[in-house]
Amino acid sequence: MNDLSIDIRALVKRHGETVAVDHVSLQIRRGEFFSLLGPSGAGKTSLLRMLAGFETPDAGEIHIDGRSMADVPPNRRPVNLVFQSYALFPHMTVAGNVAFGLEMQRVPRGEIAGRVEATLELVRLSDKRDRMPGQLSGGEQQRVALARALVNRPAVVLLDEPLAALDQQLRQQMQSELKSIQVQVGITFVCVTHHQEEALALSDRLAVMRQGRVMQVGRPEDLYERPENLFVARFVGASNEIEGVLASVEAGTGDLLPQGLAPMRGIRVSVPAGLQSGAPVVMTVRPERIRVTPGQGAEAGGNCLHGVVETMRYIGSEWQGVVRIGESVRWTIHAPNAGSGNRPVAVGAPVLLHWSPDDGVVIPLI
Amino acid sequence: MLAPGLLWTALFCLLPILVVLAVSFATRGTYGGVLWEFSLENYRDLLHPLYGRILGQSVLLAAMTTGLCLVMGFPLAYYIARLPPRRQALWLVLIMIPFWTNFLVRTYAWIFILRTEGLLNTLLLQLHLIQAPLDLLYSNEAVLLGLVYGYLPFMVLPLYAAIERIDPALIEAAWDLYADRWSLFRLVLVPLTKPGIIAGCVLVFIPSLGAFLTPDLLGGARSMMVGNLIQHEYLVARDWPLGSALSLVMMLIVTGSIVWYLRAQAPRDGERGAG
Repeated sequence: MNDLSIDIRALVKRHGETVAVDHVSLQIRRGEFFSLLGPSGAGKTSLLRMLAGFETPDAGEIHIDGRSMADVPPNRRPVNLVFQSYALFPHMTVAGNVAFGLEMQRVPRGEIAGRVEATLELVRLSDKRDRMPGQLSGGEQQRVALARALVNRPAVVLLDEPLAALDQQLRQQMQSELKSIQVQVGITFVCVTHHQEEALALSDRLAVMRQGRVMQVGRPEDLYERPENLFVARFVGASNEIEGVLASVEAGTGDLLPQGLAPMRGIRVSVPAGLQSGAPVVMTVRPERIRVTPGQGAEAGGNCLHGVVETMRYIGSEWQGVVRIGESVRWTIHAPNAGSGNRPVAVGAPVLLHWSPDDGVVIPLI
Repeated sequence: MLAPGLLWTALFCLLPILVVLAVSFATRGTYGGVLWEFSLENYRDLLHPLYGRILGQSVLLAAMTTGLCLVMGFPLAYYIARLPPRRQALWLVLIMIPFWTNFLVRTYAWIFILRTEGLLNTLLLQLHLIQAPLDLLYSNEAVLLGLVYGYLPFMVLPLYAAIERIDPALIEAAWDLYADRWSLFRLVLVPLTKPGIIAGCVLVFIPSLGAFLTPDLLGGARSMMVGNLIQHEYLVARDWPLGSALSLVMMLIVTGSIVWYLRAQAPRDGERGAG
């Protein structure tokens, strides 16, 4: 496997009683933008720090570019970390910060100057080269931190919540900038984040983590469209769920018999391989796949459920609301802003929710 | 709000110095005491090479004390600053506990350890590491040891305060960027803890330069520092005016060199901006 950048095998890290990283295995390809996504305490930062060499695994192995990282201290690893707080040296200029890694590696002076200049150009900070970090804005500091890592041309750049300290607007701008820089330099990026939208927007692939375990690995569209478990369904995007039992499973499709609900007709779902009739499952649908119409009469084709609108919120580009189905099931719905800000359905009104059988993802309950 | 501060400064700082200044221009009475006759005689006496030699030796000893305290204090302060907070408190208390014992008693303890039939010599003889007791006490080395022992905490505390404030991520960043221990120390720790280093050096250098108890007890007749000289003029020779002139000249040299040093540092700090 020559295109493998990072090979993590059954990695374990304990902090006292808690298992921060629990038998994690991941293969990250060369030149890939890979994210570790999860809530706090998921173990993603521990994993990143083990890649950087600041923490030692209790078990398992890390190989970077085919070389085992066991007993290799941080200052000998072909990786550079972009710290969450940026950790720029406050007593050095921007250029001094960027040159630090090259000076430590005893790169010839003339070469250092050229590489620092080129890297500052890449992050569009050439005019700030003689400033002190304290004189820069948050976004500029972030770019210095990135330049300080990139200038060394490491095998892997590690990023710890790279955009967390920036405000919303800057964040989106930096997202696309970060991605385009990564594509330009072609270096493997491994990014830790708890921000699911950011992870989806930046990553070629990502791993969703929870309590030290990897819940699912895949491309952003795999995770969003085909979550393999409820945690991923709920953590990556909003999840509208109905619990039930499968029936009449045949050739990859089947019916869902919901618990405690009386659907107007059987709910058709596509069924993943290996699930039989009688299996307890949860079906989940993304909000934007649901079409809401006022009234009570069912339309032909597709799945359909009755509901009552509980709240409706106008956020400009669309309406977001909550619809109650039966006694206690609540679904989030997104209705497009069709024109002049008109409320698509009134609060308290009975509505019909329609969705295609292909959009209902079935997750087995274990 | 300014008034109390000014009052205390005038009362406890300015007034005693003015008294010393006045005395330094007076003359010594026949049986000690001060005769209020204006004279520059005391300052002329100070030009004698003997005083220069003692001052030189004192500066050297104080500088060596400061250097040793820095070299020993930095690793200790770094170690404490990197401990979990509760352990830090314990270590700081341990460092300050000796202050609760009289300095004289602690210096006598060193005599007990260092003298010819002392703890160290007895131990070394028992272990057959030496054949005859070593001459440890009453030497410049013994004075240096005593001074380092006495003033090490004054170095450790400001260094600890400075190191503790450094963001641990900066140290990790240096490490991540291929720095070895020496580069980390030289290029990151020292520049970032410079105010603590300066404070520690000043706090050690000044009292060691003026020390008289330690050189008196551990150096005996073989070692004389400016402090002893001043003490001698005041208490033995009963020449208050000469002692006052000595004190003032020493104070001017110390203050002058510190002001000069801080001035030399100031412009570079200014350039750092908000950093």
